[in-house]
Amino acid sequence: MTNAIADLLERLFGGKLESRDRVKQRLKFILAHDRVALTPQLVAQMRQDILAAIAKYVEIDEEAVEFGLESDRRSTVVIANLPIRGLRHFDPNVSQLELTLSEPEPKAETSEPIP
Amino acid sequence: MSRIVVVTSGKGGVGKTTSTANLGMALARLGRKVVLVDADFGLRNLDLLLGLESRVVYTSLDVLNRECKLDQALVKDKRQPNLSLLAAPQTRNKTAITAVAMTKLVEVLSHHFHYVLVDSPAGIETGFQNAIAGAKEAIIVTTPEISAVRDADRVIGLLESHRIRDIKLIVNRLRPAMVKSNDMMSVEDVLEILSVKLLGVIPDDEQVIVSTNRGEPLVLAEKPSLAGRAYQNIAGRLEGQDIPFLDLDEANRSFLARLWKTLTAKR
Repeated sequence: MTNAIADLLERLFGGKLESRDRVKQRLKFILAHDRVALTPQLVAQMRQDILAAIAKYVEIDEEAVEFGLESDRRSTVVIANLPIRGLRHFDPNVSQLELTLSEPEPKAETSEPIP
Repeated sequence: MSRIVVVTSGKGGVGKTTSTANLGMALARLGRKVVLVDADFGLRNLDLLLGLESRVVYTSLDVLNRECKLDQALVKDKRQPNLSLLAAPQTRNKTAITAVAMTKLVEVLSHHFHYVLVDSPAGIETGFQNAIAGAKEAIIVTTPEISAVRDADRVIGLLESHRIRDIKLIVNRLRPAMVKSNDMMSVEDVLEILSVKLLGVIPDDEQVIVSTNRGEPLVLAEKPSLAGRAYQNIAGRLEGQDIPFLDLDEANRSFLARLWKTLTAKR
């Protein structure tokens, strides 16, 4: 997760991220895990459960999933970035606009299996 | 009203013992009666930094085993009569003492001194648990490095779960030039991550090694180095004085300061 952010920043601004910023990101990441005292197994399980819940509605690009805990000023949050590959079911109640916002290729509806 | 303060860090080698020795000496010079308790059983060092190693006869373990009286075990500093040391046993293992015994010991000491400064061992095991047992407040020493800050965070959590809520931070071995070139976390960075109150910042200083070699804390120098002055300021802040933080960056870059440093270093 933090590495992904660092990579993104590096791509945006060009050149390597300063080691000072890198160490802060790494620290916030490890401290988030230290502070909630969840084992890596439990974090992995939580990741699986959340992915499974989301996957009921949309198809997630599992390769590109970013998942982790992050900490700031002694509060900790779960951060998940789950890119949507396509719709699982065609449901007219689900706004397509909402989906296209986070979708890299908004042409998903062409391959919709009608329930 | 006397204060029982544990100096701790989690990670080893970040400057706990150096900070304990210097703060103890600085507080004593401010006229407070101070006792330094080395809680690093089996690996005692505080006596060395104070140059008192040859005068240690009895240790805290002898007191607890009733093999000597408390005042027999207290080594009084000849340079500064307000300062005493209670050394740790060097031979026995770390489990030779209990948290209950340690609590009792520091409590008794607190009746005779304004400050009881407990130098904690590294780690979070028994030795650490014993060191924090009787403490009412804590000074965390860290350096602006990833492992030291991580361990400091862990220790802060443990202290809070032991109901020690008065926790202050010393950021040690800061290198302002590296912070400026974005190759070291700044004090603000460390504070943002740890969210504790800042007690002081100590710049990285070669004089620490020289003072350790001699067994003379930095604050004893006639013209203390920047780090020595930083410790004096921390002692003042502990005493409730409102002392601004040293501008380490300017002190390092100003031409006159550099010149002064070169001139004084030659001697």
